[in-house]
Amino acid sequence: MSLQYMGLSEINGPLVVLDHVKGVAYDEVADIKLEDGTERIGRVVEISGEKVVLQVFEGTKELSLKNTKTTFTGKPLEIPLSRDILGRVFNGAGKPVDGLGYIYPEKFADINGKPLNPVSRTYPRNYIKTGISSIDCLMTLIRGQKLPIFSGSGLSHNKLAVQIVRQAQIADDSGQEFAVVFGAMGVKHDVADYFKRSFEESGVLQNVVMFMNLANDPIIERILTPRCALTAAEYLAYEKNMHILVILTDMTSYAEALREFSSSKGEIPGRKGYPGYLYSDLASMYERAGVIKGSTGSVTQIPILTMPNDDITHPVPDLTGYITEGQIVLDRSLDQTGIYPPIDVLPSLSRLMKDGIGEGYTRADHSSVANQLFACYAKVQDARSLSAVIGEEELSDIDKKYLEFGVAFEKYFINQGFEENRTIEQTLDLGWNLLSLLPESELDRIDETLLKQKYNPEAAKRFND
Amino acid sequence: MDSSTKNVVFSINGPVVKVKDTKDFSMLEMVYVGNKRLIGEVIGITSEFTTIQVYETTTGLYVGEPVYTTGAPMCAVLGPGIISNIFDGIERPLRQIAEVSGGAFISEGATVNALDTEKKYDVTVKAEVGQFLSGGEVYAECQETPVIRHYCMVSPLLSGEVVSVSPSGEYSLNDTICTIKNENGEEIPLTLCQKWPIRKSRPVSNRMPITRPLITGQRIIDTILPIAKGGTAAIPGGFGTGKTMTQHQLAKWCDADIIVYIGCGERGNEMTQVLEEFSELIDPKTDRPLTDRTVLIANTSNMPVAAREASIYTGITLAEYYRDMGYHIAIMADSTSRWAEALREISGRLEEMPAEEGFPAYLPSRLSEFYERAGYVETLSHKEGSVTVIGAVSPQGSDFSEPVTQNTKRFVRCFWTLDKSLAYARHYPAINWTTSYSEYTEDLADFYIKNAGHDFMQCRQEISNILTEENKLMEIVKLIGSDVLPDDQKLTIEIARVVRVGFLQQNAYHKDDTFVPLTKQLLMMKAILHLYNESKKCIANGIPVATIVGSGLFEKVIKIKYDIPNDKPELFDNYTKEITDVLKRLNTPNDQGGLQ
Repeated sequence: MSLQYMGLSEINGPLVVLDHVKGVAYDEVADIKLEDGTERIGRVVEISGEKVVLQVFEGTKELSLKNTKTTFTGKPLEIPLSRDILGRVFNGAGKPVDGLGYIYPEKFADINGKPLNPVSRTYPRNYIKTGISSIDCLMTLIRGQKLPIFSGSGLSHNKLAVQIVRQAQIADDSGQEFAVVFGAMGVKHDVADYFKRSFEESGVLQNVVMFMNLANDPIIERILTPRCALTAAEYLAYEKNMHILVILTDMTSYAEALREFSSSKGEIPGRKGYPGYLYSDLASMYERAGVIKGSTGSVTQIPILTMPNDDITHPVPDLTGYITEGQIVLDRSLDQTGIYPPIDVLPSLSRLMKDGIGEGYTRADHSSVANQLFACYAKVQDARSLSAVIGEEELSDIDKKYLEFGVAFEKYFINQGFEENRTIEQTLDLGWNLLSLLPESELDRIDETLLKQKYNPEAAKRFND
Repeated sequence: MDSSTKNVVFSINGPVVKVKDTKDFSMLEMVYVGNKRLIGEVIGITSEFTTIQVYETTTGLYVGEPVYTTGAPMCAVLGPGIISNIFDGIERPLRQIAEVSGGAFISEGATVNALDTEKKYDVTVKAEVGQFLSGGEVYAECQETPVIRHYCMVSPLLSGEVVSVSPSGEYSLNDTICTIKNENGEEIPLTLCQKWPIRKSRPVSNRMPITRPLITGQRIIDTILPIAKGGTAAIPGGFGTGKTMTQHQLAKWCDADIIVYIGCGERGNEMTQVLEEFSELIDPKTDRPLTDRTVLIANTSNMPVAAREASIYTGITLAEYYRDMGYHIAIMADSTSRWAEALREISGRLEEMPAEEGFPAYLPSRLSEFYERAGYVETLSHKEGSVTVIGAVSPQGSDFSEPVTQNTKRFVRCFWTLDKSLAYARHYPAINWTTSYSEYTEDLADFYIKNAGHDFMQCRQEISNILTEENKLMEIVKLIGSDVLPDDQKLTIEIARVVRVGFLQQNAYHKDDTFVPLTKQLLMMKAILHLYNESKKCIANGIPVATIVGSGLFEKVIKIKYDIPNDKPELFDNYTKEITDVLKRLNTPNDQGGLQ
């Protein structure tokens, strides 16, 4: 028998305060019934004596101090889970919105999850082939990794994400199921539609679980969306042994929702008004990726975030970069020259690739090629900035070679079609051919014998026109 | 019943819990909160409220649940069983937690003993009846791991006459080894373990001057920016610049006896990597896996934030305990910024007045307290031991002017800044040689001269000079290109490239290059300097740089790091000879590159 509390004592933004409440647990969920019969859900965020602060997921619009009846459920927020969630669409708080009715649950799970014990993790080693040269060769995605895409408004991050989903294959064909969990936070209707349509067209929709919080949905719900998505992902991965790719977009909207919520709670702000615990909060989601002992499934995350003003030092990309295992950075100037995907390879990185590539995973020469391409492309940038000052004519011959290499690298290696799915062999051979544009002595990261075998200036001639 | 149960939870806000109207608690006391007995610590007391930070998640905690006092501050349990273990931030063994939790996820309120109380150790008892033992003296010893001998010492706070002794033999952690009678006539049983409050540094006999380097086998550190045993260093760097990688390299190869690796608010997969990699890697000095000399403290970023704050102290307390046995310890703290953020988060929940960027005003004093616990000391039992602290700093937005980096800079003497552009070019370790510094160079000069070679310091200086000179020249090159430089300056730029690529850059995945002994470091420097000096002679004779570079010698010297194995220093003679011969041939007029 649960008590019903009539009315509220305070309303402030998404928060409401109830007084004279007893026996309430921290993080517990409450049902708030309005006079017109609609229900909202709230969560306890602070208790002080008999005063309880609730955050209302659907927002506090139309609430008054008198028109509510609140019941505490005694449980943290849980979502129903079963295999049937595959192919379904939910709102940001985990309620079905596709008109197909409720899920018949196999179990309920707390959306906050629990921290993974480091000793129970398995270090991720198997790579996921995305068919995109720049990612496969230079920032290889590993199963169980969290690799965000740092983008800017107007760049083709959504297109890239769709291409990754469509082409992603697990390298060793262990015959395991592969599914996508898609969490949209504060995205525009047409972006959400774009994803849905693309999943449909590529025929993967039956293996996609979608959690949608659109740009005009309540912000508190937005705080739950990634957690719901990850809870579903963990369930499918660790209990149903599937390989799950989680796409979360847009983490910047999420962080802004968190900031709004934090400031209405009256918390002391850290950098740029974001709460001081933004790092821990983001980590509590990003860390929910991995491979664990005792299960053959995995959770791989590709969060997408738009850098406000393309600024990589903004708190959201900055803190994200400190938590995730690398990043894929998109660049506006590449996009403007018509390169797709516009991946800026120099600041991009995959921390886990070193143990997931090479003999037995991709190809023995993978790391040498990748390192050399990075080193050479870094020199291209130097040559370009020099030529901007003194003019291309004045450059030394070697710098001119680098300029040539840079252009070819962008045009043939980074650039590829939306439908183009390259094998790792094609990608690495292409890398070798491009490197052969440069004099042999410049390739200082490559072993002598390997260089003799693969260095082929003849093959590089095709880039010259 | 228990009198302390009258204290109940009054308010909850994240990890901060308050108890109303009580005088039962003392500052920094450890408490158990709620029916699940979550571990917490008292961090503030007013006449109205006692504030407690809880080291576990408070989800599901009710107002009105009891709070239990323990009467003691947060303590670490110190005894055999620490080495090769992995703990969370408050010294709970994660392997046991995994068993208790029955799954891959950590559930709250898991009660486990810090150390294995069942395991039997073969103990040699050293104390004798009638002997007077003072704090820090050894009364028993046992083999903890194949490489670490564990000495059980009287707690620094105790002393007294031994009244009874057990014979040598097999004992477990809590068995009484001997009993001492203190000056008040109280008999105190001594077991294999003792407790020590984590926030208090363990006393020493005296601090000794710093004279010995911590040899790391990393050329840029050992040669250019050395760190001393008992010293402090900070590694600031934006994300992706290789902080963790550098720390892993140091943990693997440095010549400390014991490594305490604190993963403070970092990635779970990284800790798993350390666990896996260190159990496979064999320490060349002992022929045993590296885990036999390593303790891991893992409080990953998604584990409770309050325990993250404690993890740094737990780590350094364990280190001090082994230092007191006469070992040299190196602590890797990755990352102190996450620890500072934990401070900020708790401070925010307490509604304290923030100073810079929301960090509490006591940030500098906490940082200095931590770094000052490093040092080269004479222990209470008159052995030499040291604690070296190497802390990674993760500056927000890669901006080194932020409070944590700036305050850390004041309390460390080695500052290895990691550079984004070096990392982008995949030049590792990405330590920037112009903005980094080490204040230990002078202190350690004697050691290097005696142990590495009488001309080590001189070579080091010449190598640094080349880099400084290059730095100056690059300013010009950036403006007008390198073609206009005179030949001698072009040569400096070429030789600097050899230093950068052939010496500073080091490949962690190459079997020889991952660790390079000091002798080879010196020979490499000599080879480079020899090439430089001989080339200078050619330049003086009017031979163009392009011809000298065209001889292929530069590339050859760059590849020395791979081509000469660490155990074959005699091969360097061939290189020296070849450099001399080839350049001499160039210098003679008849040859193709000669006078024209």
